[in-house]
Amino acid sequence: MALIEVRDIEKTYPDGTRALRGVSFDIKAGEFVAIMGPSGSGKSTLLHILGFLDRPTKGDYRFSDKTISEHSEDELAHVRNKKMGFVFQMFNLLTRTSALENVKLPLLYSGVKESLWEKSAKEAINSVGLSHRTYFEPNKLSGGERQRVAIARALVNHPQVIFADEPTGNLDSKSGEVIMDILHKLHRQGHTILMITHETYTAEHANRIINLYDGAIINDHKVTSQHKAHKHPIK
Amino acid sequence: MSVKQTFKTSLIGVKTNKSRSALTILGIVIGITSIILMMSIGQGAENLILDEVAGFGAETIVVRPGQEPTGPTDIGETLFSDSLKERDIEMLKRKENVPDLIDVTSAVIVTGSVSFEGETYRPTIFGGSVRFFAEVLNLEPGEGRFYTENEIRTRANVAVIGTKVREELFGNDEAVGKLIKIKDKKFRVVGVFAKKGQTAFYNFDELVIVPQTTAQVYLTGTNHYHEVLIKVSDPSVVKRAVHDIEATLRESHGITDPEKDDFFVVTQEGVVQQISTIIGALTIFLSSIVAIALVVAGVGVMNIMLVSVTERTREIGLRKAVGATNKNILAQFLFEAMILTGTGGIIGIILGGLLSFIFSIILTQYAGLSWPFSFPIGAAVLGLFVSTLVGLIFGIYPARKAAKKSPIEALRYE
Repeated sequence: MALIEVRDIEKTYPDGTRALRGVSFDIKAGEFVAIMGPSGSGKSTLLHILGFLDRPTKGDYRFSDKTISEHSEDELAHVRNKKMGFVFQMFNLLTRTSALENVKLPLLYSGVKESLWEKSAKEAINSVGLSHRTYFEPNKLSGGERQRVAIARALVNHPQVIFADEPTGNLDSKSGEVIMDILHKLHRQGHTILMITHETYTAEHANRIINLYDGAIINDHKVTSQHKAHKHPIK
Repeated sequence: MSVKQTFKTSLIGVKTNKSRSALTILGIVIGITSIILMMSIGQGAENLILDEVAGFGAETIVVRPGQEPTGPTDIGETLFSDSLKERDIEMLKRKENVPDLIDVTSAVIVTGSVSFEGETYRPTIFGGSVRFFAEVLNLEPGEGRFYTENEIRTRANVAVIGTKVREELFGNDEAVGKLIKIKDKKFRVVGVFAKKGQTAFYNFDELVIVPQTTAQVYLTGTNHYHEVLIKVSDPSVVKRAVHDIEATLRESHGITDPEKDDFFVVTQEGVVQQISTIIGALTIFLSSIVAIALVVAGVGVMNIMLVSVTERTREIGLRKAVGATNKNILAQFLFEAMILTGTGGIIGIILGGLLSFIFSIILTQYAGLSWPFSFPIGAAVLGLFVSTLVGLIFGIYPARKAAKKSPIEALRYE
């Protein structure tokens, strides 16, 4: 059974823009999927719908065997908190707040006992290799480090899927590679990852690429592991 | 998310922008400081005046000539009205007229100046019995003596003066035994009052007193009184005695319609009521001004909160993306507003308390008033409650605006 089932999803914005014109696909647990497409192809809209941040105009979206229309606003927030992790292009860290506190943020809304927060947050920071930056504020961190804090934040509630929206889009290529290595590592550990990108070399880190154009899927194919291994050897 | 965690989150939000937070709450601080100061000073003033009034004794009734003054300009009428004469006092003294009366004493007010060897001063001059000054006004001589009953009977030209009068006329020289001129009549100074200072009604240091008999004959040239004091056996009979006094004087003056009374009766209870009414009205008036100030301050808080919500759109989007519900966001911003205004309230309470403490020190040390400082706990509780309420009322709109933001719109916001 697929973790994510998308059937004929359409999204029309109030201004008449048809961002998605009937998209269908499944994603199984443990997959690493890249959604590619030029700007305006609807990939961000798709990610927002998959991440329960927006609702489709038409079609059916089942996450973890429950359709989006069955959830109330509060339940959507709860699912986002417990089962989904988000990594954004702009990092979206709280300024003047330490890396640790930033990583703790999802725990605040999780119902997890406060006494366990520190440990969970530190584990997540450790898993992205930033223990030495635990108490640094975002403005003292490099772009790559900021994105690693954001990944730690996405991981802290042990989600079923990580949504990454152009995670390397604001980074130099070296920092970008570090981020991709971390996503690789997470994938190997069994995490399901869904990443948006418009860069082919970033998309090729995934084991499946879905190409969107003008609100529709024009290609959906697996990436051969030899190809990946060749480009970025797994450490 | 627990209330405690929400509170912590909001506190961080407030602390992150310290200088703006401080400016935002300035209006609240000023408003609450005013409340505390107003309540504290109002209470102090009331205590002071009531203390003075209490000095008259609850069993003392004052009768004055003329119509009851309803404003400052009416006081002249008391001074120039000649309706209370010796005959009235004889009438009041009769057992069958006012059975509860145990003592009656009277005084006249003289307008004029006093002089000694070219030094002139314009004090308050009273003609009255020793009892009037000693028992009713609690005055006693610091040097020399009071005049005697014998001197009153013989209309002796003797006077007792206040310390300020003595300073003005004699400087540091001895005053007792010297001859001063009151309205060109010579009076011998027999005593100087102990320093007493300003009270609610008079500055006793600026007083000159002479026997009432002497005052009537040599100074005013009249035989009427400006003030008649009646002592009754017990405070509980005051109402009945007032009724008897009014009936006696109306009969004596041939008045049938109480509206046309040419005298009026003042009791301590009446004065206390009047003062309480005045202070109460004043407090309500000032409170409404403060209330307006707090509304203005509240609008200021709302304004800044709206700016803050707009500025923090991305933060709101992020919080929603990682699982905050609308209620979480609403609570966070509402708490921020309440923390802001509540903090303003606490600062206002401390500042108001401090200022009223300084005020009491100044009044006690420099004006010589009996003005003990007491922290208005009731006002402090009210201030804290009101300031937090302002945060709640004016925080709701911005908080709702924050809660309603769509997460994707918020995340896209630049």
